[in-house]
Amino acid sequence: MESLEALVAHIQGLSGSPEEVAHLHSLLKQADGDSLRAHAAALLPFLAHLSPETHSLGYLYLLEACATSGSNLSDFGGGDFLVTIAGFLTACSADQIRLAPDKFLNVCRVLKDQVMQLNMPIRGIAPLRAAVRKIQSSPEQLTPLHADYLLLCLLAKQYKAGLSVLEDDIFEVDQPKDLFLYCYYGGMIYIGLKKFPKALELLHNAVTAPMSMLNAIAIEAYKKYVLVSLIVNGQVPSFPKYTSVSGQRSMKIHAQIYVELSTSYSNGRYTDLEIFVQANSATFQSDNNLGLVKQVLSSMYKRNIQRLTQTYLTLSLEDIARSVQLETPRDAEMHVLRMIEDGEIHATINQKDGMVSFHEDPEQYKSVEMVEHIDSSIQRLTALSKKLASIDENMSCDPAYLMKTGRDRGRFDGRFDYDDYDSVPHKFF
Amino acid sequence: MDVEGEVPAAAAAAVANGLGGAEEASAAPVSAEQLDVEAYAAQYSGRTRLARLLFIADRCGVEAMQLEALRMAYDEIKRGEDVQLHRDVAAKIGGRLGPRFGLDQAWVDTVTRRADQRKEKLENELNGYRTNLIKESIRMGYNDIGDFFYAHGQLSDAFKSYIRTRDYCTTSKHIVQMCMNVILVSIELGQYAHVSNYVSKAEQTPDSLDPVIVAKLKAAAGLANLETKKYKFAARKFVETGIELGNNYSEVIAPQDVAVYGALCALASFDRSDLKSKVIDNINFRNFLELVPEVRELVNDFYASRYGSCLGHLEKLKPNLLLDIHLHEHVETLYMDIRHKAIIQYTLPFISVDLNLMATAFKTSVSMLEKELAALITENKIQARIDSHNKILYARHADQRNATFQRVLQTGNDFERDVKSMLLRANLLKHDYIQKASGPRKM
Repeated sequence: MESLEALVAHIQGLSGSPEEVAHLHSLLKQADGDSLRAHAAALLPFLAHLSPETHSLGYLYLLEACATSGSNLSDFGGGDFLVTIAGFLTACSADQIRLAPDKFLNVCRVLKDQVMQLNMPIRGIAPLRAAVRKIQSSPEQLTPLHADYLLLCLLAKQYKAGLSVLEDDIFEVDQPKDLFLYCYYGGMIYIGLKKFPKALELLHNAVTAPMSMLNAIAIEAYKKYVLVSLIVNGQVPSFPKYTSVSGQRSMKIHAQIYVELSTSYSNGRYTDLEIFVQANSATFQSDNNLGLVKQVLSSMYKRNIQRLTQTYLTLSLEDIARSVQLETPRDAEMHVLRMIEDGEIHATINQKDGMVSFHEDPEQYKSVEMVEHIDSSIQRLTALSKKLASIDENMSCDPAYLMKTGRDRGRFDGRFDYDDYDSVPHKFF
Repeated sequence: MDVEGEVPAAAAAAVANGLGGAEEASAAPVSAEQLDVEAYAAQYSGRTRLARLLFIADRCGVEAMQLEALRMAYDEIKRGEDVQLHRDVAAKIGGRLGPRFGLDQAWVDTVTRRADQRKEKLENELNGYRTNLIKESIRMGYNDIGDFFYAHGQLSDAFKSYIRTRDYCTTSKHIVQMCMNVILVSIELGQYAHVSNYVSKAEQTPDSLDPVIVAKLKAAAGLANLETKKYKFAARKFVETGIELGNNYSEVIAPQDVAVYGALCALASFDRSDLKSKVIDNINFRNFLELVPEVRELVNDFYASRYGSCLGHLEKLKPNLLLDIHLHEHVETLYMDIRHKAIIQYTLPFISVDLNLMATAFKTSVSMLEKELAALITENKIQARIDSHNKILYARHADQRNATFQRVLQTGNDFERDVKSMLLRANLLKHDYIQKASGPRKM
């Protein structure tokens, strides 16, 4: 007990300047381990003496020891302990906790497991969002917390909360598994929000991420990818050539029924597709994809109606109903109306004689909003291009790269002055 | 001799309806009022005549004509040596033509006995040649055995024997002879891949070929392409077939057939300028077309945009074409293609087309026409939209400016998405973070 009190005193004394914190960190590392964990139950009262903001590092070590001690957490007062963790996650100092990221992650994981056990995922959302921001060194970094956070959002059905994390573009990844989970959960959140193009993007990343062995997340992602592709584009593109070999080879075998669904979809006959879905509904149900499959089914009406707009200027509701295999003109009217409201087609319905006139897209691309939209697109793309150029520049300054290309070139010409010219990075933009 | 058959009402209606009723027509028994079986059979010789007669007997659905065809086939078989075919035909006739046309067991026995003797003799001879290693004799020996098998209807054995002569060919002439034999058997076996193969082999021989042979090879190649549904290539081969073909290839194809096959394939697959230069202005092919005036008229009608009369001619020809051993499978597809081509050409010069007028020109109803047009528009073969309310077809002029804007925005979005996912992947690869089989999680 002596040492514990001394430790707390150290923590209280050494949480000021960065040098002090570094010293404290080495002390804590020494103290860490079984000795701390053995006293887990006794640690809790000490936490009250520490402030999460100023003594973040020490607080973190003690908290982690408590949380992972293995004994039942309800010993510490169950819900109260959760509040303590949550409070710490929102209040702690980012600089200090980044010294011990794995401790921090452990604490977060305990929080996640706890709220899931208690069946109250919503309680974990706010603290984890704070935690994600704290541990991230830049918004481009993917942390292991991302996936946990998105999982909680999904379970709590708080899809909008997930967006705050999803809207940042991710480039840096710590762990491949994190990426797969992030893409998969992210895709599901976007599906929940019916933002299918974004969902497709994320699922696409999961499917095409480099992998030497097939993994279950990628397969599940592929199943959803097929369905979302059908909803968005009406077809499933073949694998791009950068897809890993193992993925290309066996992904389809594991998602056979989804591939068949897409073949059936491409025939364009609603009844066939409906029969197919009904015949296989048990499989879709067990994959938890039945809802999405039903959306695929109803997207076929939309696609067929959209196709009619390409073909006809005017068409009666009966003809629409017949050609898209809807039962009554009334149903056709409902579908057309909904599509007009959603801006998916441009048409007017004449209820007097039951005629629908299809119009061309009225967008003339000369409104102020459109110009702004185009301008923002251009801005985004220039920024992206700059990034690309800088990466290209980095690449051409990379010693390993230069060694490789230089060796090839050196074989033809032993002198260096040519290389000086050539290795100047190309500027594209 | 004309075989009288009743034209079923459904088929008559189908003719009046144009293609609208085509499906009904094929379901109804094919009326073959105009087909003169005897004259038809006279165009051919050898086994193809038999095959064609039997095909007609199977397909025509009119009993009088069926029996007529079977009777002729029976007589023809008696002149040959194919015992199996004799049994088949006798069974098909089933006594309907009286006792003279029953199974002739005595004939069968004589022919079989003779065949066994001959086969033994041929094989002995061949063995003799082989021990003496005289190339030319071995070749002849195999050839004779091939001919023997062919005459007896053992086609795959004949095929093998002919192929074996290949190793013993010494001159181009021999090679060509081997190729012609193989082509003949392959056509009857229905193995058209071999046909194309051996046609090109024969064409590659160094010596210049006899024009008759060239024409035969072209016709065979055309046939092979037709059967493999490469209509454009088939059309090219047929229109290139020299008039020297004449009746020299009657064991496979008659010049009339070349005209019909060539013209239909050309109508279905050539564009307007090709049709003019390769078919109508082709003096060589015109000679073929003269043999079948209806087909000549049809091609000219099509080119002169008299689609109604063109389609009318086509419908008249259809029952007979369905009885053609090579063309029957392709009639529907070719007719479909020709009709689509006609519709596309009809709409091409106009900004707006009255569907009522167009329907009259194509001898169909407005609603049927609308459906066909809609299908063609969906396949992007016609750039137009239908005003279903007023029954008018309007040509569609894409707004270049809007389309460009749309495309630019789309390209921008695609680029953004692709580059982002590419950077992500590049980063993953750079750090070698590849998902491996459940390894320990490293922190």
